[in-house]
Amino acid sequence: MTEFMQIDLPAMLTGTLAALVCAQIGNFLILTRQSMLGDAMGHVVLPGIVIAYVLTGLAATWVMLGGAFAAAMVSALLIEFLRRVARVEPSAALGAVFTAMFALGVVLLEQTGVARTSFDVHHILFGNVEGAIWPAATGLASLFDPVALKELPAQIGRLLFGLVVVSAVIALFFKELRVISFDPVFAATIGLSPRLFGTLIVSLAALAAVVSLEAVGVILLVAMMVCPPATARMLTDDLATQMRISIAAALTSGIFGYLIAAFLPSLLGFDLSLGAAGTIALLGGLIQLAAMIAGPKRRPARAV
Amino acid sequence: MPEALSASQDFISVLLLQAGYNTVVVMLGAAALGIAAGTVGVFAMLRRRALVADAVAHATLPGVAIGFLVAVSFGLPGRSLPFLLTGAAATAVLAAISIQLVSTRTRLTEDAAIASVLATFFAVGIVLLTVIQTLKTGGQAGLDIYLLGATAGMLRHEAITLSVFSLIAIGFVTLLFKELTLIAFDFEFARAHGFPVRALDLTVLALVLAVVVTGIRVVGLVLIVALIVIPPAAARFWSNHAGRMTVISGAFGAMSAYFGAAISAVYPDTPTGAVIVLVAFSVLLLSAVLGPAMGLIPRMLGARKLRGIA
Repeated sequence: MTEFMQIDLPAMLTGTLAALVCAQIGNFLILTRQSMLGDAMGHVVLPGIVIAYVLTGLAATWVMLGGAFAAAMVSALLIEFLRRVARVEPSAALGAVFTAMFALGVVLLEQTGVARTSFDVHHILFGNVEGAIWPAATGLASLFDPVALKELPAQIGRLLFGLVVVSAVIALFFKELRVISFDPVFAATIGLSPRLFGTLIVSLAALAAVVSLEAVGVILLVAMMVCPPATARMLTDDLATQMRISIAAALTSGIFGYLIAAFLPSLLGFDLSLGAAGTIALLGGLIQLAAMIAGPKRRPARAV
Repeated sequence: MPEALSASQDFISVLLLQAGYNTVVVMLGAAALGIAAGTVGVFAMLRRRALVADAVAHATLPGVAIGFLVAVSFGLPGRSLPFLLTGAAATAVLAAISIQLVSTRTRLTEDAAIASVLATFFAVGIVLLTVIQTLKTGGQAGLDIYLLGATAGMLRHEAITLSVFSLIAIGFVTLLFKELTLIAFDFEFARAHGFPVRALDLTVLALVLAVVVTGIRVVGLVLIVALIVIPPAAARFWSNHAGRMTVISGAFGAMSAYFGAAISAVYPDTPTGAVIVLVAFSVLLLSAVLGPAMGLIPRMLGARKLRGIA
């Protein structure tokens, strides 16, 4: 039990929390046709996080958020510049900027030596869910022990913060976000600013990306932003139901993905290890595949 | 200072192709790849395939891993290029088909199809890589270079193979230039006039796939899409004419890959792909300021001239 509390619980918690944060905002990304924005966010914030870390020497939440926010702003400006001034096709502008920012982040990681101390490129790409450990745990009682709880990995705190903010903002503006997502023209006629709420969606996606990136890596971030909401979209037309289903799919992927990665190979008698982030992401994709094959609402709307 | 001096001397001698036969071949191979990516990229951009290219690039990872496992099971070194590239091409094609199926057969829009295919295929790749790492075969470290690219350790015949592939792609673009330009600028017109638009559209996709698969050895599968989208974006600032834009884009691609490969050959700890992308992006920023077609400075001068007339 102690081993489970020290190693498996924090890792499972990290993966699952990240899945929950990303899946919620992902619902609005897929409805506004910005699914790749999650991927882009995961890439552009890297140089910001590295620079902030190098300048301050801190891996604190506010440092990372600040750096990531600055990087996201720079990227948004560059993308707008390419789109408006050069009339570069929007997805190409996005692609040009997010790859360049990620390349900058990679070079900075290698050149500043951060790669050897805190996080490296592999963790950013593949995720390091297993890196979350809780040595202070001694058993179930630790869950109620404030001293031990203080020793929980820092990324869990960041993910909880992200989860609370994202959930609260979505709950608060649910009606507005629903109208904006399904019918931006109508939204404008009743006085809701598509631009304002568009920015809100993008900001929440950025927050979700930042708190998840260093904890679980880019791939889990992208998978959880798109797969659970896409799964839910195959099953319902109602946004509230869609959100609930996507949360269930994210929970299932997070918990069972981790358990499969940690225990399945040895149960089957193989001497192998599976990366937890990859397995969680893959499970999310497989659930989506099942929904795409059998979901009642899978068909595209017929042209009238 | 002496260290910096010698580094810059090294750099110049590398640029002037005096860094030994292997490095030279690799740099020229990278340049050939850059031309192919830049020219193909123009049509990929105009046909809105930029993000599809990113997805299929990420989708080569499971193929590379499967290629490794197959080669090992035949008792060959896992790093053999033919196995890895065949695997990469196979899963990239599968991903392209999946995107098409998901976006036409389900109500998901194309962006969601692209993102979910990218994520799922890449996840399979990661899971396979973690499995490979626990195998006791050796040579696993060789797979790392397919992520962010490397010129180090590239063999001469590998570089030549990649160059030949790139030249074939360039040949296709040259041959089909008129048709590709037509579908890029006016798809409906081309369809109405009986051009085989579907076949041409698939040709663009096939060329993108070819560049991606060829490019992952040098630039890496995470960033290869940059070499497809950044040079055409930079070329936009220099000309509005499709032919000139394509040539300029190819030249920018070649320059970026050549200089990037040279820099990463001289400085340690610089992943080749990341450096190539940063060189390409610098070209883009310079073009944005200086480019005669839409650059900032020519635009400001033009505006002043207009005011003078009024």
